[in-house]
Amino acid sequence: MAKSENEMTWKDVEIGCIVTEPGGAKAYESGTWRSQRPTYNFNKCIKCGLCSLYCPEGCIDKNKDGYFEADLFYCKGCGVCARECWTKVITMVEEVE
Amino acid sequence: MATRIGVEVSIAVADAVKLCNPDVIAAYPITPQTHIVEHLAELVANGELDAEYIPVESEHSAMSACLGSAATGARTFTATASQGLALMNEVVYVASAMRLPVIMAVANRSLSAPLSIWCDHSDMMSVRDTGWIQIITENGQQAVDNTIISFRVGEDPQVLLPVMVHLDGFNLTHVVEPIMIPDQAEVDKYLPKNRFPLPLNPDKPVAMGGFAAPAIFMETKWAQEVNIQNSKKVILQAWDEFNKIFGRKYEPIEKYQSDGAKTLILTVGSSGETASVAVDELKKEGMDVGQVRIRLWRPFPFEELREAVKGADVLIVMDRAISFGGPGGPIASEVKAALYNQAKKPNVVNYVISLGGRDTTVSDFKNIIKQGVGIAEKGSKNEYEIYGVRG
Repeated sequence: MAKSENEMTWKDVEIGCIVTEPGGAKAYESGTWRSQRPTYNFNKCIKCGLCSLYCPEGCIDKNKDGYFEADLFYCKGCGVCARECWTKVITMVEEVE
Repeated sequence: MATRIGVEVSIAVADAVKLCNPDVIAAYPITPQTHIVEHLAELVANGELDAEYIPVESEHSAMSACLGSAATGARTFTATASQGLALMNEVVYVASAMRLPVIMAVANRSLSAPLSIWCDHSDMMSVRDTGWIQIITENGQQAVDNTIISFRVGEDPQVLLPVMVHLDGFNLTHVVEPIMIPDQAEVDKYLPKNRFPLPLNPDKPVAMGGFAAPAIFMETKWAQEVNIQNSKKVILQAWDEFNKIFGRKYEPIEKYQSDGAKTLILTVGSSGETASVAVDELKKEGMDVGQVRIRLWRPFPFEELREAVKGADVLIVMDRAISFGGPGGPIASEVKAALYNQAKKPNVVNYVISLGGRDTTVSDFKNIIKQGVGIAEKGSKNEYEIYGVRG
């Protein structure tokens, strides 16, 4: 995508909004929908990866230390990961301004 | 050579579709559209037309199949009426927003309830704001010609929009008229191949029907609006070119005896021909009256309408639909809006007539014109008049 959605004018809209390049979903910051964010106590984490399997956004992956963590660019803050975590690693907290 | 034959209008419309060599027809039969799609099914079954005929299970599916077809760049036709148009409504909006040139004949019929199979324009008005180009025809020849014209306009690379051709149910669809059936070679000359610029193609994948966030949605809608506004010049060119090849002229607003007339009647659809006879008789009786007809409904021909009625004192607008609890007829509502800011404008009187197939005869039109002039002079407490309701 040459321009972001915030920069495109009506003249830049493709015929019928047809998407001609892949990657539109990857470029979309669904994290702006979030009203709560996941926070982690990795001391409790057993690295089972169940949170990443349940994540409806598919945005949880291993971080550099091998713990599972959400990518906040995409995370919508639904809290499914916190609900499903066996060892209660994840606590959802309110997003503040 | 074109041939002039006596033929039922529905059959002639189907034959006109055949002349345009469509790739896909997806339709569900509904009165009074039935004969159009039945005849197309027959042509395909007989091997006279090399097209896919998809006998879908509903009108919602008919339009959905048409979207898929048009998205691949296939030339696509369907037809419906009334409840069928209502059932496909959701997908009708999608066709225009996705810029897919589906061509659809609408055999105008009233919407339930009570159930009626007869003609009025309530179905036409239910899709007024769907973003389709809409042409309203007055007789069988116009329906045939504008079916052919619609493919050329809708598929034009500058347009890429679906087009509806309205023809009155029964009053047109089921009558036998003398019609010039164009010659295949002339149609081939007039109608280029459909070349949709970004078709579904596994070798060059695209995604269609995506999601638009608030950050871009308004830009997409404005692009759609500018596009249909700009389609008018292509429609005018297509009508002009049609006239050169076939010798029949169409205009967004068509005039009959209207130059210099102080009283004008504005008609929509097949009843316009009955009104023309009334205009002739009233002129013989010494009345200064003429007629204008709306041929192009979307995009609305603002300039042509203002030009056509600017010299008149009284404009009597016929509607075959009611906007319930609103300003009366949708046509008059838009005509009034188009004239509101003009310094000199006729006094507009609106009549709702001929709902659910009620006949409006020559003498009815004469009454309406005479009464309308009286209302324009004396004024009325009514937002609009309804003609012929008992009690």
